[in-house]
Amino acid sequence: MLDVVNEDLIREGKEPIAFDHDCREGICGMCSAVINGVPHGGFERTTVCQLHMRKFKDGDTLYIEPWRARAFPILRDLVVDRGTLDRLIQAGGYISCHTGGVPDGNALPISKGGADYAMDAAQCIGCGACVAACPNGAAMLFVGAKVAHLAVLPQGQVEAPERVAEMIQAMRDCGFGNCSNHYECEAVCPKGISVKFIAKLNREFLKALILAKTGPFKSSD
Amino acid sequence: MILDGKAPTGPIETTWERHRSDMKLVNPANKRKYRILVVGTGLAGASAAATLGELGYNVEAFCYQDSPRRAHCIAAQGGINAAKNYPNDGDSVFRLFYDTIKGGDFRAREADVWRLAQVSNNIIDQCVAQGVPFARDYGGHLETRSFGGAQVSRTFYARGQTGQQLLLGAYSALSRQIRAGTVKMYPRTEMLDLVVVNGEAKGITLRDLITGEVRCHAGDAVVLCSGGYVNVFHLSTNAMGCSVTAMWKAYKKGAFLANPCYTQVHPTCIPQAGEYQSKLTLMSESLRNDGRCWVPRKREDVGKPPDAIPEDDRDYFLERKYPSYGNLAPRDVASRAVKEQCDDGRGVGPTGRGVYLDFKDAIRRLGEHELRERYGNLFEMYERITDEDAYKVPMRIYPAPHYAMGGLWVDYNLMSNIPGLFVLGEANFSVHGANRLGASALMQGLADGYFVIPYTIADYLARTKPGKVTASHPECRKSIEDVKAQAKRLLSVRGDRSVTDFKRELGNLMWHNCGMLRSNKSLSEALSTIPAIKEEFWQRVRVPGTSAEFNPQLENAGRAADFIEFAELLCRDALHRDESCGGHFRVEHQYEDGEARRNDARFCYSAAWEYKGEGAPPELHKEPLRFEHVHLMVRSYK
Repeated sequence: MLDVVNEDLIREGKEPIAFDHDCREGICGMCSAVINGVPHGGFERTTVCQLHMRKFKDGDTLYIEPWRARAFPILRDLVVDRGTLDRLIQAGGYISCHTGGVPDGNALPISKGGADYAMDAAQCIGCGACVAACPNGAAMLFVGAKVAHLAVLPQGQVEAPERVAEMIQAMRDCGFGNCSNHYECEAVCPKGISVKFIAKLNREFLKALILAKTGPFKSSD
Repeated sequence: MILDGKAPTGPIETTWERHRSDMKLVNPANKRKYRILVVGTGLAGASAAATLGELGYNVEAFCYQDSPRRAHCIAAQGGINAAKNYPNDGDSVFRLFYDTIKGGDFRAREADVWRLAQVSNNIIDQCVAQGVPFARDYGGHLETRSFGGAQVSRTFYARGQTGQQLLLGAYSALSRQIRAGTVKMYPRTEMLDLVVVNGEAKGITLRDLITGEVRCHAGDAVVLCSGGYVNVFHLSTNAMGCSVTAMWKAYKKGAFLANPCYTQVHPTCIPQAGEYQSKLTLMSESLRNDGRCWVPRKREDVGKPPDAIPEDDRDYFLERKYPSYGNLAPRDVASRAVKEQCDDGRGVGPTGRGVYLDFKDAIRRLGEHELRERYGNLFEMYERITDEDAYKVPMRIYPAPHYAMGGLWVDYNLMSNIPGLFVLGEANFSVHGANRLGASALMQGLADGYFVIPYTIADYLARTKPGKVTASHPECRKSIEDVKAQAKRLLSVRGDRSVTDFKRELGNLMWHNCGMLRSNKSLSEALSTIPAIKEEFWQRVRVPGTSAEFNPQLENAGRAADFIEFAELLCRDALHRDESCGGHFRVEHQYEDGEARRNDARFCYSAAWEYKGEGAPPELHKEPLRFEHVHLMVRSYK
């Protein structure tokens, strides 16, 4: 739809609207717009790029705005800078393993339930709608999904306490807020990622506190 | 010129081991003195940047998206092949090698394909270690499924989002190196020129897409992982931003472009619905494991609802034509069969360009729950786009351009003919021949990035002195001026037609004249039309805004200009290859049953084209293909 608007604007000699988009299949996470007050438009498990005009009535007025969050400065029109999400992952959202020199893929059996749980969390597309929908501008669904995905897998458990501690610290440093249980994030998530992962994040954080990897009793080792 | 791929000779089983021990190494303390520029951060780029950074090189990585996690590999659904033989169904490195060579219709270099099959197993191990949540059975072991062109079950998957999970694995490895400071990441930048100094690739010129700043980054080697070019067709399954630009700029600086006519059309895409549509969406090939393709046997049944057509009046054409592979016939073969049915007037759906992909039998056999488990997200995606519930009515599918087998020419070390320019993943031409098998693209991207480039780039760097060229070199300054001049030229046309308009015109021409079926006539016609489109583009295109700002229209205009020039080369290559092979189907060359007829006596080579300047015809170089471990034969899936 925005393509068509832009085509018209160009024909009329006006500036087209800048907006982020790429795969148009709802998987790359590039598209980002608040439609009628709701990130991605408010249709269940749907990104903006997969939101069809047939969902609206002829003559409806659409209000289109960029993501709103302190951690996502606006670059132009509907385009925001989501570099902070990358910084959260860089803070520890990975398993440290060198290329080569890893054991056979079947060496470590992983329960089907565990693999499914990890996959439920891992399908996050990193669009940032959860942040945009949160009244606190929190990225806890995003961080929770990554922490949970890696913490449930045996190969991710080695670094689990450090990971959660560092990602939470980065969350603070990047200007994201904290969760106060509005559940707006789950409601707008195009992948339907559950807030149960925020609960998992909190439990993992508690473990890190007890292990003195973070907080007032953080040990220096 | 006869090109040499420099593949090692001797027993193929040990080529890669022998080659690895012959190559030079760079000592760990010296590695940090070398700067490597990696363009593109899909599977190939992210895995290469992460691995090279981990080894201690100074890496700079670039992508046009706002984050390296968004490359279009993310949209790959079905899976990744590996010769693990976990199901004990007779798989081996040789079989994967053989299937890939045969799948590519005998138009790829043997040694490269062998290496790919060999390292495929390491990829699975690596991804598991990174935490990629592959599907597991109840015993906790890895699950596999079948894909087109293979009779074994060797495809590993993570629901219908395998590409996403593998990319996020590579992205996590990359993120770790960014944090460690070995990789510097530049998102929202687009490479617009290759800097060649004394015949060697020593830098790139890019445009910062936010500020519009044009600058040059110098390095000791350039690794191009910029993906494929099928957006040259109107409506492909590629992302909107996928372009030929990086590849084309390298070509114009002397890199050979090989086999551009090998493009893949994927049989299972959601059919086009309207004029305004901007792209097509793929439905994973894995669906053909359980879905059955059919069309009404009688033309008068076409308009009826599928339920009203009795079993006997349905033509399961893939099963009929290819009994041994059935619905899992390879992509090129299946696509042409689909087109054949529609051309015969038996296509279904509002446009008549579609066939049914029916899951009724699978639901009866496995139950809806099991199907949901296997393909849930794909069915959901289908419903979102078409507003139809595929658990109740059959899906409708039609072929769409999907992948480019052709690309920049590289030798066995993945180095192009320009020393210092390495090309990885879809951007190179190396392993898929004239047709790629399903679940092999992910495999190739990661094989090149994790397990090939770390070895072969050292062999080049060990022979060069680090830091020879800096961004103040005259060649770099000239390159910046050239890039700025191009932007200025695009902005100064101030015509009356939008970039999209031209892109659509070119893409439609390419699809109709150089798509699934090509002929001498259609290609000659395209070759005479393209120069006119080009001329009109430079007279009538309208690019709003300026170059010193965030300007997506300017980006698109640059990409479209390159696509127009590239389209001509693609058609030229397709016209010169007077045979049918894999995805390149010349109607003049087919067997009586409509299968592709190769001409090994004349065309058993890779065609690498060299740029000879504006207006001059490109020069053709040939790399002869030798088959010592598989026999050249008619590719049959019957």
